[in-house]
Amino acid sequence: MSPFLHVDKVDLFYGDAQALDGVSLEIAAGEIVAIVGANGAGKSSLIRTIHGIDKPVHGSIRFDGVDIAGWPSHRVCEAGIGHVAEGRQVFPNLSVLENLEMGATPRHARALEKQTLERVFTLFPRLSERRRQAAGTLSGGEQQMLAIGRCLMGQPRLIMFDEPSLGLAPTIVHEVFRIVRRLNEEGLTILLVEQNVMASLKIAHRGYVLENGRIELSGTGGELLNDDRVRQAYLGL
Amino acid sequence: MTSDFLLNLAQAVTKGLLTGMVYGLMALGLSVIFGVMRVVNFAHGEMMVVGMYLAWMGFEYLEVSPLLSLPLIAAIFFAVGYGLQRSLISPFIGRPEHQQFLLLLAVAILLVNACLAIAGPDSRGVQMESQFDSYELGPLVLDAVRLHAALAAVAIALLLWLFFSRTRTGKSIRAAADNHLAALVVGLDVRRLYAFTFGVGAACVGAAGALMITIIPVTPFLAAEYTLLAFVIVIVGGLGSMTGALMGGLLIGVSEAVAGLLVQPSLKSMFSFGLLILVLLLRPQGLFGKSNS
Repeated sequence: MSPFLHVDKVDLFYGDAQALDGVSLEIAAGEIVAIVGANGAGKSSLIRTIHGIDKPVHGSIRFDGVDIAGWPSHRVCEAGIGHVAEGRQVFPNLSVLENLEMGATPRHARALEKQTLERVFTLFPRLSERRRQAAGTLSGGEQQMLAIGRCLMGQPRLIMFDEPSLGLAPTIVHEVFRIVRRLNEEGLTILLVEQNVMASLKIAHRGYVLENGRIELSGTGGELLNDDRVRQAYLGL
Repeated sequence: MTSDFLLNLAQAVTKGLLTGMVYGLMALGLSVIFGVMRVVNFAHGEMMVVGMYLAWMGFEYLEVSPLLSLPLIAAIFFAVGYGLQRSLISPFIGRPEHQQFLLLLAVAILLVNACLAIAGPDSRGVQMESQFDSYELGPLVLDAVRLHAALAAVAIALLLWLFFSRTRTGKSIRAAADNHLAALVVGLDVRRLYAFTFGVGAACVGAAGALMITIIPVTPFLAAEYTLLAFVIVIVGGLGSMTGALMGGLLIGVSEAVAGLLVQPSLKSMFSFGLLILVLLLRPQGLFGKSNS
């Protein structure tokens, strides 16, 4: 079976600086795959490249059999890839409800907008309580819930999470990982980029270690957690 | 202080408010374009003048009242604005301001000289019967054309508000203005939305031109004056704020009319610029603008 998402030898440059160097990875449908690595290793660049926000120089990105490398970001969303961006990236001056409506931008998501909204409000009752409030007035944790809910509104088949635990209180972090796992159990494929190496490898089926724009290691979550290099470099053990 | 003077003052203020609504609509176009894509349309007054000429031509050659040709003019402006953004301006977004300035200055020069070549330097106005009509409101006399123009401007502003608060495209434009990265993340086609925004801004100023020609005649040289006026209005009202553009328009309209009454009409710009300096000193973000802090 061909992988659901197949990134093959992708190179990305910002000016002269190379951010991704021949990165290849595979995700099968229904998996949680974690990408771990230090700050500046290229984790966010990888997600931005898959999403079409940054354009790769070389390499192919096949999603569900179609090469999407170089597509504009709105077409990537239409194809069924969702993105929960680093720093939450809500629309601060739009209401919570309007933020969620914007999530239903892909055409295939419009018909189901009402049902999905119900589902998001069931998942995050706080958002329902604050639906008229400007998103910029929410707490960090609430904004993260909004970012996830907004992503679900687009009816994605694959969700890429970029540092979803960054800057959040420990209880909220726990909640975020619980939600990621739950969405996966409901059938969504997940690509998880995290600095929280321990927590992300624990819930991931497989993981990749990214260093200086290169994939240095890969394996199941358990294998990586027991790997000496990972333990030394990222877990301080 | 006689009651005569007070009546004259009230009359001037009313006249200023009515003209100010058309100013507001003009400035709204500038404000929408800047608010969404941070492009300063230096050809704004020139576009206003083109709108005035189009309405004048419709009246002169086809005998269509400017109020009736307005929807068509707005539609043409929308289409041209959309195309202009897509082709010419889009590559300049995010570039340094002086480059945008030069591009739009070139557009301005082209437009004004096209007007000059086609319609000549003489002032062109429309002669409508309603220009002799007026409505009485107590002791106040309202010019019919001014009142019609003001009401039309308010109606268009209302439509615009409905567009931005109720339609998906309108909300998407606000979203793209609010957080550009987030707009890409949720899959908005930002390039298309920007073109749409420029089209909407252009339609506003085109419509304002069609209304303005019923109040005063047009010459190509009015263009630079209107560009400045639109800037003064949006800076006084607060850059990027829709309410600010409308209120700024009213304020400048009133200040011009009162200046005409108290000093002389040719000094009206002095009052507008005085107001601008005052606002910049006391509230630099504009009356309805949000401060950066």
